[in-house]
Amino acid sequence: MSVRILYFASLRERLGLSEEILELPAGLGCVGELRDWLVGQGRAALGQLPNLRCAVNQEMASAADPVRDGDEVAFFPPVTGG
Amino acid sequence: MPVRVQAEDFDLSTEVARLRAGDARVGAVAAFVGLVRDMNEGECISAMTLEHYPGMTEKALAAIVAEARARWALFDALVIHRVGPLKPMDQIVLVAVTSAHRGAAFAACEFIMDYLKTRAPFWKREETPGGGRWVDAREGDERAAARWQDRAGPGPADS
Repeated sequence: MSVRILYFASLRERLGLSEEILELPAGLGCVGELRDWLVGQGRAALGQLPNLRCAVNQEMASAADPVRDGDEVAFFPPVTGG
Repeated sequence: MPVRVQAEDFDLSTEVARLRAGDARVGAVAAFVGLVRDMNEGECISAMTLEHYPGMTEKALAAIVAEARARWALFDALVIHRVGPLKPMDQIVLVAVTSAHRGAAFAACEFIMDYLKTRAPFWKREETPGGGRWVDAREGDERAAARWQDRAGPGPADS
């Protein structure tokens, strides 16, 4: 399955990457598994950021939430607006 | 349009006038304006850049406004949040709500700000004499948002 992955703020800077579309191996079911797989693919900063947050299809999500074909998944540090 | 994410500045008086125009039911307007300070965590701030997640930002803000409208009897609500480069003393954010009485107006305005701080995908990067740094989220902001979870509905002051 194919997903669009976005990175923001300090995470985007550390990875040197704001967006990528990746073909995921079969068996990746949830956001936490996707994160671990990405760390294994060389996106080490994803495993180093404390309090990593994520969103699936522009809704806040947790590590246990499912990832499906065609989803937009975003990873970012805790928000600091306002 | 109750939610706007924009690079441009805003004018408080104009926005509040527009929000309550022609509505004689309005007995209370509460508005909050957030500004860029020239000091943070003991360092001088010469400039700030606000990054956001286009698409999700607007949805998250609209959801926060919808939740405020479900909790309190509001006539209207507005959130404007700026993005891009800003300087000390610049306006960052405006939250304004109208209601019949001050209790709902004060509470809803504070609620929207507390939720915006912890749920809307914005990130601040500050320029200091030592270089640029991303602002860390504060635990106090999480606590401020969490206290609304036990406080459904109108506050104590209804008039």
